[in-house]
Amino acid sequence: MKTVNVMIVGVGGQGSLLASKLLGKVLVDAGYDVKVSEVHGMSQRGGSVVTYVRFGDRVASPIIDLGESDFILSFEKLEAARYAEYLSPNGKIIVNTQEIDPMPVIVGKAVYPSHVLNELESKDVTVDAVDALSLAEKAGTAKAVNVVLLGRLARSLPAIPKEAWQDAIKSSVKPKFVEVNLRAFDLGYALD
Amino acid sequence: MKRLMIGNEAVARGLYEGGVSVVASYPGTPSTEITEFLSEYPDLYSEWAPNEKVATEVAFGASLSGVRAVTCMKHVGLNVAADPLFTLSYTGVNGGLVICVADDPAMHSSQNEQDSRHYAKASKIPMLEPSDSAECLAFAKEAFHISETFDTPVLFRLCTRIAHSQSVVETGERVVPEAIPYERKGEKFIMMPGNAKKRHPFVEERLQKLTAFAETSPLNRVEEGGKHVGVITSGTCYQYVREALGDQVSVLKLGMVWPLPVDLIKNFAASVERVVVIEELDGFIEDHCRNIGVKVDGKSIFSPIGEYSQSVIAAAFGIEAKPHVVLEDPIPARPPMMCAGCPHRGMFYTLKKNGVTVLGDIGCYTLGAQPPLAAIDSTLCMGASVSGLHGFNRGLAATGRTMKTACVIGDSTFVHSGMTGLADIAYNGSNSLIVILDNSITGMTGHQENPTTGYNIHGDPAGKIDLESLVRAMGINRVRVVDPYDLAATDAAIKEELAANEPSVVISRRPCVLLKRVKTNPPLEVKTDLCRSCKKCLSLGCPAISFRDGHAVINDTLCTGCGVCAGLCPFHAIGDKEVK
Repeated sequence: MKTVNVMIVGVGGQGSLLASKLLGKVLVDAGYDVKVSEVHGMSQRGGSVVTYVRFGDRVASPIIDLGESDFILSFEKLEAARYAEYLSPNGKIIVNTQEIDPMPVIVGKAVYPSHVLNELESKDVTVDAVDALSLAEKAGTAKAVNVVLLGRLARSLPAIPKEAWQDAIKSSVKPKFVEVNLRAFDLGYALD
Repeated sequence: MKRLMIGNEAVARGLYEGGVSVVASYPGTPSTEITEFLSEYPDLYSEWAPNEKVATEVAFGASLSGVRAVTCMKHVGLNVAADPLFTLSYTGVNGGLVICVADDPAMHSSQNEQDSRHYAKASKIPMLEPSDSAECLAFAKEAFHISETFDTPVLFRLCTRIAHSQSVVETGERVVPEAIPYERKGEKFIMMPGNAKKRHPFVEERLQKLTAFAETSPLNRVEEGGKHVGVITSGTCYQYVREALGDQVSVLKLGMVWPLPVDLIKNFAASVERVVVIEELDGFIEDHCRNIGVKVDGKSIFSPIGEYSQSVIAAAFGIEAKPHVVLEDPIPARPPMMCAGCPHRGMFYTLKKNGVTVLGDIGCYTLGAQPPLAAIDSTLCMGASVSGLHGFNRGLAATGRTMKTACVIGDSTFVHSGMTGLADIAYNGSNSLIVILDNSITGMTGHQENPTTGYNIHGDPAGKIDLESLVRAMGINRVRVVDPYDLAATDAAIKEELAANEPSVVISRRPCVLLKRVKTNPPLEVKTDLCRSCKKCLSLGCPAISFRDGHAVINDTLCTGCGVCAGLCPFHAIGDKEVK
């Protein structure tokens, strides 16, 4: 099979590490060759962060390049736009509609481009906009935005059964957070 | 069992299976997790040492005692450890000794982009370089064998994309060899001139033997493919080459990047029409090829700057770039910044307000250089803020100039190499103001304990250096502690110490807000009827505060209730949330 590329992008601190951990586990358990690449350290302090997940029969490079990503899972609206050029022509962006102002916007040196999703759609990009923050709060914690979005992505990866995701959540998060994360996953998964 | 591991975890696993008994390291991105993962294994000793030189010497001592030992560091850490490194080459080892060093091409989290391979060549120590997590594990085990077979420390090079990329590994069993008995061998381990002169020929002979090993070791391998072009590569570049070019080219994949083979390269070159060396950073393998008379292309095609990728390789071979979306509107940058509730913020705000020229250091607080705080004038290396400030003030004094100056350095960095700079200030008496940003943790690398926190690598109670007593014992009379959340007290302390006529140390003490043991307050809110839109709170550069619909707004999920903005607001518009 052709290697499938997924990018997880967002703002440092939004929980992309857990999302990539769950995704990676599900894919390895399904028997794929998998590579996951992320950068730890300075960029995580509220900066723009990106994780590359690649799976297939045999994966060489750990990173995804311009025009190569089949899916972009964005935890924040502006970050979806920042990495949109990595999307392949038939790719899909799943984006949390939450806006988090970057420092240039906070200090008035730049304006938050709120219309950015419309611009993406005008470029024939498939945009799946999700109010993941509201759904995460509905599940029980604003911190579960990552798992809501993962639930949404799961719908686009039909080769992997829902139970596999649920098993990964059960084995990867602390027992007291399992229930809330399963609820968050379901809310993302069930969304039409 | 097959599972995903980041390269660093796989290195740790390989070292563990290879029988390591003692681990000493100083944290540094992207190397930190090797030691963190090793610390989770029960049947070996691990520690955070105060710096990389100490860590390497601890590993040397453990090797001398006859056990397998490891130290891990980032590329610039190897500069600090260079002193023991070069002479370790002469002494060789007793138990196997591995020095892991992680380079950071593209400087994701570093102050320079140095290429550590030069250290291997300069110190005449072999260096291995894996290309994925499975090789991280296998090569780490092999490193101990090479170390003990050839009587040499072994450098183990990673780069960010190997250290922090996960790929599939299969684990094995741990095998710990019998400790090698300690015998006194002065001619080998006492490196005074008479003995060292006898050891140098050994080092040269060892290099010859290692070169012969490199010719046939499975660490280096030829993968047959198209014969028009042969690529010589290693590390992460090997994966980019495979991704971009598949089997269109033949590949000589080097797992040992020093010493480099001679015949293997010559024979490979003879089997293809043209040879291209693909390596990030410097033309290290390329230079070797030229030295042995093999014609290659390398840095004439590929940049010595930053990271490569499959598209960089593809472009160089004339493969068309993939089509992609281009957005016309500019997208505001999102640089990293100090967290909401960061204790450093109050101190930086105060230093900026007082017009102080600030020499900075290495840690989270380097982010104090970012606007709007923009409170740092220089960042060089670990500890340089303190000694640099002394020199700056001496330079000013020598030419009759006066300025308000200070330096900022974190607790961990101060112990790492700020203390020696302070010794210079105490001894040679410059009127300098040293601010120790004591957040009770090594922050930037992800919360490692250090000698000032009172806990060891496992989080168990440990020795604790009392910074106030230490600084006083070094001869500094003016020592005071402030809480940087208290802007008024911080401002008063900085003003008084800037006016003092002798060196002073201000310890800005407040634990990192991200520490689990720190309890945060409920988020604050802006009373919109009181907010006059003056934007003074925005000058703190707090990610939790933004400006919407004509007044300041506090983000509930980010705010930690530190109260610094409330203390700053001239209209008392920021406070606790009203209970509705």
